[in-house]
Amino acid sequence: MVHAQSLTKKYGDFTAVDGIDFEVAPGESFGLLGPNGAGKSTTMRMVGAVSSRTGGDLSVLGLDPDTHGPQIRAQLGVVPQEDNLDAELKVRDNLIVYGRYFGLSRAVCAARADELLDFAQLTEKAQAKVDDLSGGMKRRLTIARALINTPRVLMLDEPTTGLDPQARHVLWDRLFRLKEQGTTLVVTTHYMDEAEQLCDRLVVVDHGRIMAEGSPAALIREHSSREVVELRFGSTRNAAVAAELEGVGDRIEVLPDRILIYTPSGEDALEHVSRAGLHPTTSLVRRASLEDVFLRLTGRSLIE
Amino acid sequence: MSAPSLSTSPTTAAPVAAPHRRAALYVAEHQFRSMLNYKWTVVMVGVGTPLFYLLGIGLGLATLLDADLASGPGGPVPYVVFVAPALLASATVSVATEEFTYTVMSGFKWRRVFWGINATPVEPGSIVSGLVIAVAARMAFGSLLYLALMLAFGAVGDLWTVWLLPLVGVLGGLAFGLPLLAYASTLKDDNGQFAAVQRFVFTPLFLFSGTFYPLETLPSALHWIGWISPLWHASELGRVLSYGAVKPAWVTAVHVLVLLAFAIGGWLIARRTFTRRLR
Ligand SMILES: Nc1ncnc2c1ncn2[C@@H]1O[C@H](COP(=O)(O)OP(=O)(O)O)[C@@H](O)[C@H]1O
Ligand SMILES: [Mg+2]
Repeated sequence: MVHAQSLTKKYGDFTAVDGIDFEVAPGESFGLLGPNGAGKSTTMRMVGAVSSRTGGDLSVLGLDPDTHGPQIRAQLGVVPQEDNLDAELKVRDNLIVYGRYFGLSRAVCAARADELLDFAQLTEKAQAKVDDLSGGMKRRLTIARALINTPRVLMLDEPTTGLDPQARHVLWDRLFRLKEQGTTLVVTTHYMDEAEQLCDRLVVVDHGRIMAEGSPAALIREHSSREVVELRFGSTRNAAVAAELEGVGDRIEVLPDRILIYTPSGEDALEHVSRAGLHPTTSLVRRASLEDVFLRLTGRSLIE
Repeated sequence: MSAPSLSTSPTTAAPVAAPHRRAALYVAEHQFRSMLNYKWTVVMVGVGTPLFYLLGIGLGLATLLDADLASGPGGPVPYVVFVAPALLASATVSVATEEFTYTVMSGFKWRRVFWGINATPVEPGSIVSGLVIAVAARMAFGSLLYLALMLAFGAVGDLWTVWLLPLVGVLGGLAFGLPLLAYASTLKDDNGQFAAVQRFVFTPLFLFSGTFYPLETLPSALHWIGWISPLWHASELGRVLSYGAVKPAWVTAVHVLVLLAFAIGGWLIARRTFTRRLR
């Protein structure tokens, strides 16, 4: 559905996207995971045929965005990072007006709008003003709007950033439903839990480059041990204690607020720690996540 | 609870919709829906402005004026007949100062609707065209109201050609408005530029480019204000059509050409600035 090779975008001297390669297959849920400024939105705009590339090859639905922008956009659904619903129109009218831009008749727009309001759980809000919606509802309306043209690929740029946990879960539930129906999704996020939840396969991006690629499980297997022990000794002591822990587990990361021990068995590592006579103020054993993968690959956390 | 097929499965090929020629009309339709939110402003301004001006001038100012300011083929015409076509033109120009400024800032920045449209098959140039269609329609509506009131007040001379006056109104409004649209689309922020346009461009033109008295009344050092003013060209053209103001045909042709040049030039630049900003 999407095929990118050495895809590059420069703004003046600054390279926002630095020669990335990726492929999105039909029915797949593909993710770009990376921190702020990694170049995710820039990539989405190039794929969405609203921003021309500086270099490389890009084909979307078999077409070149440089020459077939309108034809590509006709078959995409786009949920931008920043909502741009029309606050002067009512909820349902937002969908109808948008559908018209795809050349759909008013009758088709109206019928689709009702279906999609139902899907987005906004039927009761059909006649409400956009400004009266909560953040999560606005986001669901934006997703509904992106589906008005029955797109072949749905692109979501940070779908749940800024939402509270409950609203995120409602939204994820809707996206799962789309996945089940075979919709091709392209999602960007800087939340590792979102990437794990939504993506079949993802690329980890940083500074416009791809650091790793694979399914969430494969990435974790490849770049991290199975378990992680998190220890806190107080920010002043962490570094000193870490030196004493040398050799415990596969690898140790010292963060400003805690120490991470990567190990196949968290229990064993904890035992080691207490045998060494060290008493952390808090300790926790958890499964490794994409956050750990990112830390391993870049030396930084996803959310600073 | 959800419909069976919310999005096409990737295996069923969606029709490759061609970019459609009606894109600009969809944008205009959207703008009309927005205008419905301030429909009473549109109507009140449309009716109120001419009513007050024509009443005030017809009943008040005109009775104080002895001098014949202007004449048509049949001799001198009443002051209100002289001034009405210029007022009609300034009404559409005044619509332009709103619709091609705040509406544009809203589209790019406040409501951000242009960015939403941008993700559809609609191209930036069609967004411009759609705005122009919607605003021109509002100008035509205002002009028609003005004309109706002019007829009611007997403020017209030539009943054969006066029907073209709304056309002149729209042309004048666009000649002033489209360069303004081009300018507005380059602004990232409104730091009072639009208020400045009102105060330092529109108002001086309204007062100094032959609206209330012939341009020739001003010292000749100030005539250039009229020559570069779309408002003056529209007013003069309107006078020819409204009461047959006597002037050589080439002068009328120049008025039309200048207005077209402003409008087309502004349109082309606006298309470029929109494209540059959205792509
Ligand atoms: N229009 C632009 N002009 C200049 N720099 C830009 C522009 N858009 C984005 N950038 C820069 O490109 C980098 C990547 O931005 P973006 O794609 O928005 O990252 P992300 O979505 O991953 O947070 C950032 O450093 C950003 O400042
Ligand atoms: Mg972004």
